[in-house]
Amino acid sequence: MADIATPSAPVLTAVETQGLTRLFGSIKAVENLNLSISAGAIFGLLGPNGAGKTTTIRMLTTMLAPSAGTARVAGLDVALQSKKVRKAIGYVSQMLSADGALTGYENLLLFARIYGIPQSERKMRIVEALEFMGLTSAAELLVKTYSGGMIRRLEIAQSMLHRPVVLFLDEPTIGLDPVARHTVWQHLRQLQERYGTTIFLTTHDMEEADHLCQSIVIMHRGHAVAAGSPESLKAQVGPTASLDDVFAHFAGGSVEDVGGYQQSSRIRRTARRLG
Amino acid sequence: MSEAINKAPEFAARPAAWDRTNPIGDFVRDTLALADVELRKLRRDPAELLTRAIQPALWLLIFGQVFARIKAIPTGRLDYLTFMAPGILAQSVLFIAIFYGISVIWERDLGILQKLLVSPAPRTALVLGKALSAGVRGLAQGVIIYMLALALRIPLDFRIPQVLGVIAFIIIGSALFSTFSLAVACLVKTRERFMGIGQVLTMPLFFASNAIYPIATMPGWVGAAAKANPLSYQVDALRALMVQGGSSVFGVGVDAAVLLAGLVALVLVTAALYPNVVR
Repeated sequence: MADIATPSAPVLTAVETQGLTRLFGSIKAVENLNLSISAGAIFGLLGPNGAGKTTTIRMLTTMLAPSAGTARVAGLDVALQSKKVRKAIGYVSQMLSADGALTGYENLLLFARIYGIPQSERKMRIVEALEFMGLTSAAELLVKTYSGGMIRRLEIAQSMLHRPVVLFLDEPTIGLDPVARHTVWQHLRQLQERYGTTIFLTTHDMEEADHLCQSIVIMHRGHAVAAGSPESLKAQVGPTASLDDVFAHFAGGSVEDVGGYQQSSRIRRTARRLG
Repeated sequence: MSEAINKAPEFAARPAAWDRTNPIGDFVRDTLALADVELRKLRRDPAELLTRAIQPALWLLIFGQVFARIKAIPTGRLDYLTFMAPGILAQSVLFIAIFYGISVIWERDLGILQKLLVSPAPRTALVLGKALSAGVRGLAQGVIIYMLALALRIPLDFRIPQVLGVIAFIIIGSALFSTFSLAVACLVKTRERFMGIGQVLTMPLFFASNAIYPIATMPGWVGAAAKANPLSYQVDALRALMVQGGSSVFGVGVDAAVLLAGLVALVLVTAALYPNVVR
């Protein structure tokens, strides 16, 4: 495991892409994307629906092969060292994907097993994760009885059991009510503080980016159109600018009026599951 | 960003001891972890098992009784119901397994599959875990057929090696057809197309086999198709093991070899196709 960063030789760039490109037929979902994300940061990839955020996250998590360019996660090449990358990362999908037919504890147990956590440590890790996410009292309930916010917290717990170097979250608070959203944000910040995890999230929610992210990249139609800290981007646009204004400035439109049918319908499906 | 970099010493919080050193042990552990999940779900919702008993009951009670009366099919030493019972067991296991692939489409839509694909679990373990879960469902079906057969006074063979053999062949057959089903699901990717294809597959697999008539009675080309059909080998073995006086045409060893080779090949193919579903 010499390739994964060790404390004696820290990798300071958690995610790095060069010319990352993905085509679907003739459509360029992501084109020539260059990212460099410091270890331990909370990074936000922003953009409207259909900007290429999910495609980017799928390439970085080894689900989708890049058409061109390279990407390194935790110092590992996603195309050439995909198995090692998978050990080094955690992933929370856009959909509420905890298994409703299992209890919270069982959902965690499955992932503790397939991430190779030794039997002697599984229970301890699971109990700790449940407590950290505020789910201890719900551990033995079937997940289908959980609220949307609880499911999301359970999924974050699932993805953190093996202490990933980089945690990827695709639209982590989509469809959640404001209270649940703030709770998720708080837990993500605590994760970063306690474990030094690099957090890579996508969002089309400017408030989320403003609250949570130390650095952001705005994507539009497959391209990165702006990069920097939320403060520096706002300063570039004007003294009283909000991130919404920043977005309008760089993407030439509001967040709401761009986006494809497929993405929108997936989001609606998630929203429906949340009731 | 300097503040963030200062936290980097925590960067490799994953203990080195967790890193896998035994690929086979890990493969077995991952496979069993996934099968275990299915078992837990099945235990919570056993109603499904009962509704699945209806179809084989109709085959044995109606088709079987009628054909046993008219003695149209030469079945050697066995009476027709006894000949047919292993075939109906294999058929009912097939009908469950052949639609099992839809679960991968379902899990894709829920986002469960994506999480598994991003985990270090080998894809072959994801596939075989599902296949074994189908085997467990097949065993529940086996219990129901045995009870129906007892009610119809079909002479069953309850010697331990024979019963263990039946269990093994139910699991292998279920695993094989459910893996085939998963491969189809990986190719068609949508529920609607998958259901259409599932319907198209079940009838030829069932009728072009030795489940309800011997291969010797078939016209040449149907016989050839039946010999290429894995279901025939499962039925052949079950016929030798499940009922008193039953015998195998191909030999139980050949049956096991054909089914296991088919299973291994299908698991490898399906594991390669698996990431396809999320694309």
